[in-house]
Amino acid sequence: MREILVGMASCGVAAGADKVYEKLKEEIQARGAEDKVKLKITGCIGMCYREPLVEVREEDGRGLIYADVTPKRAVEILEKHALGGEPIPEWVLLSRGFEGISGEGNELLKKQVRIVLRNCGIIDPENIDDYLARDGYKALEKVLKTMTPEEVIDEIYKSGLRGRGGAGFPTGLKWKFTRASKGDKKYVVCNADEGDPGAFMDRSTLEGDPHSVLEGMLIAAYAIGADEGYIYVRAEYPRAIHRLKIAIAQAEERGFIGDNIFGTDFSFHIHIKEGAGAFVCGEETALLQSIEGKRGMPRVRPPYPAQKGLFGKPTNINNVETYANVPWIILNGAEKFAAMGTEKSKGTKVFALAGKIARGGLVEIPMGMTIRELIFDVAGGIPGGKKPKAVQMGGPSGGCIPVELWDTPIDYESITATGAIMGSGGLVVMDEDTCMVDVAKFFLEFTQRESCGKCTFCRIGTKRMLEILQKITNGEGEPEDIDKLEELAYKVKTTSLCGLGQTAPNPVLTTLKYFRDEYEAHIYDKKCPAKVCRPLLTYTIIEDKCTGCTLCALKCPAGAISGERGKPHTIDQEKCIKCGMCYQVCNFDAIKVE
Amino acid sequence: MADATAASVDLSKFRERMKNYPPEPSQVIPLLQLSMELYGYVPQEVMYEISEYTGSPVSQIYGVATFYAQFRFTPVGKYIIRVCHGTACHVAGARSISEAIEEELGIRNGETTPDGKFTLELVSCLGCCSLAPVMMVNEHTHGRLTPDKVSRILKQYK
Repeated sequence: MREILVGMASCGVAAGADKVYEKLKEEIQARGAEDKVKLKITGCIGMCYREPLVEVREEDGRGLIYADVTPKRAVEILEKHALGGEPIPEWVLLSRGFEGISGEGNELLKKQVRIVLRNCGIIDPENIDDYLARDGYKALEKVLKTMTPEEVIDEIYKSGLRGRGGAGFPTGLKWKFTRASKGDKKYVVCNADEGDPGAFMDRSTLEGDPHSVLEGMLIAAYAIGADEGYIYVRAEYPRAIHRLKIAIAQAEERGFIGDNIFGTDFSFHIHIKEGAGAFVCGEETALLQSIEGKRGMPRVRPPYPAQKGLFGKPTNINNVETYANVPWIILNGAEKFAAMGTEKSKGTKVFALAGKIARGGLVEIPMGMTIRELIFDVAGGIPGGKKPKAVQMGGPSGGCIPVELWDTPIDYESITATGAIMGSGGLVVMDEDTCMVDVAKFFLEFTQRESCGKCTFCRIGTKRMLEILQKITNGEGEPEDIDKLEELAYKVKTTSLCGLGQTAPNPVLTTLKYFRDEYEAHIYDKKCPAKVCRPLLTYTIIEDKCTGCTLCALKCPAGAISGERGKPHTIDQEKCIKCGMCYQVCNFDAIKVE
Repeated sequence: MADATAASVDLSKFRERMKNYPPEPSQVIPLLQLSMELYGYVPQEVMYEISEYTGSPVSQIYGVATFYAQFRFTPVGKYIIRVCHGTACHVAGARSISEAIEEELGIRNGETTPDGKFTLELVSCLGCCSLAPVMMVNEHTHGRLTPDKVSRILKQYK
């Protein structure tokens, strides 16, 4: 029987996948075709820019993924392909094994290697049998039946896997420390508090393949000697939480989670804790406080969580992507994993591509690929013929890497050398229309708001830095502001307890390093080269182009535009509030912005 | 913390559901979340209930409730509009989206319309970056927004 699968991750649903699903369900029922085609859901294949996506899969596993599917198109796909056996090649985004048919999705996947995302967009995340059919829980079985905890730790260490949350600490080493800590009770925690704006890797993994994360946690628990675990998920991800709950219930029912797993004396129980909207809880010690029911304030390390973590017990914390790698490594061997990547950064990394990019979405690439390859070969470059300016990596803790440095290979050390950080995988592309001072201000607004307030420089220093940036973008910048920013940035970095404060100045420091000319244009010339900072803009009407249609005068909220119908209008600069309304509504490109 | 509607809160449904949680301090956040689910905010009495049940002092519960962005102390509108101001949405013009909503509804970030219908919240990231700019109305996500599209969407809820 053919299957018809609808991509129902959050981004798919936002693009209208739920309507497509309902329509298909209705139409299949109306035709009494329940025994001819099976309707299923799946996770995110990563090609978010063409959602909603619908796949028709043959019994032999070959499949075609159709893009930009509307309910109307879905009916046609159902009739022609799913029921009629006639593919519709012109709508195909991705062909899996269909000879003679391919789409741009095939191009996109060419340079990708999928380990973490191995099942995303392929299996139904709400059905454990789909996961089992793709070697699910085989790694757990192998570990429990044939390996000692030390052997597991050794295997992970040899693979070279490093923490995918951003800091890049060797995972095997972390497990070794937690195992070595004395204690009758130990915990395993999964950090799914993906708070960086512009990052959605962990959400997609949890929504598309929750069991791979659970299996990774189970293996970690066996290795360090834990019998209880927590997954800390941000509350903004209701769909991920929903699917995790289903996955845990199904795994418990089949005996993969619970007492005496696979007939051994290994037992493990998992709880979900929902975050409550505090970015700082992505920091591991703050996260543990939050699970304990307290304010999420970071504490001094050492002692590290490996020694004294949740409820004072030795605790291993890894992020979603790290755990999702584990079953693959156990099944395929450390050597195979370590064969990918660079000397110090092994395996793959998942990136969430957004911003000014042609094919935004989720990709997984081998470490060591250059930024340029990723943006142009994998993601299709910059849309609209615009000039690329920079790529922002690592969210509010990261930095902006200018286009001149896009030949930098993507590995922990090389990215850190630019002043940015690898981070958890959020990657936002910026073009000539993005103002880098505005970007720095944006990130600082974020970290300033999210600072927990414990350390003085993080609490007040970021506030002062933000005020200076506001001054500059308002056209009131003074020459000494740049020095002041640099001095404060240095102090915030060196006197903060946790990662939030230590990295908060990075967006400012990297933009100052690579785009100092933009700061200077704001301060000395009182101009915003990217035409973003409104107080620095001047709107004028180009006489030759203005037809006198009066639309701008009607829409202007300040009443600053005047003129006779049919004759060129003028803007009174005294009254103009620089809202940009005239520019937006003009049908004749007659508004000039400088 | 005082509010006029507090007297009308029916605590029985909260007490009923609270029984399913272990009576431990670690349950403070889940119980505050339960209050959000049932009432849309955290009434003062609920904090006393949680304190008695978990053994955490009410001062600490208030401290926790004010630390996390999710918890509110006044009732919210029927529809909560969350406008994403994440990086991708910011670069794609999120500001013009929230301005359009502010103009359409006459409320600012954190405020509720006088008829109790809409509450506006600016949030950091909804994780739908490839559809930027994005907003959520209750559980429903709307993507690839323009100021014009926003007023059309809001009309559906009016």
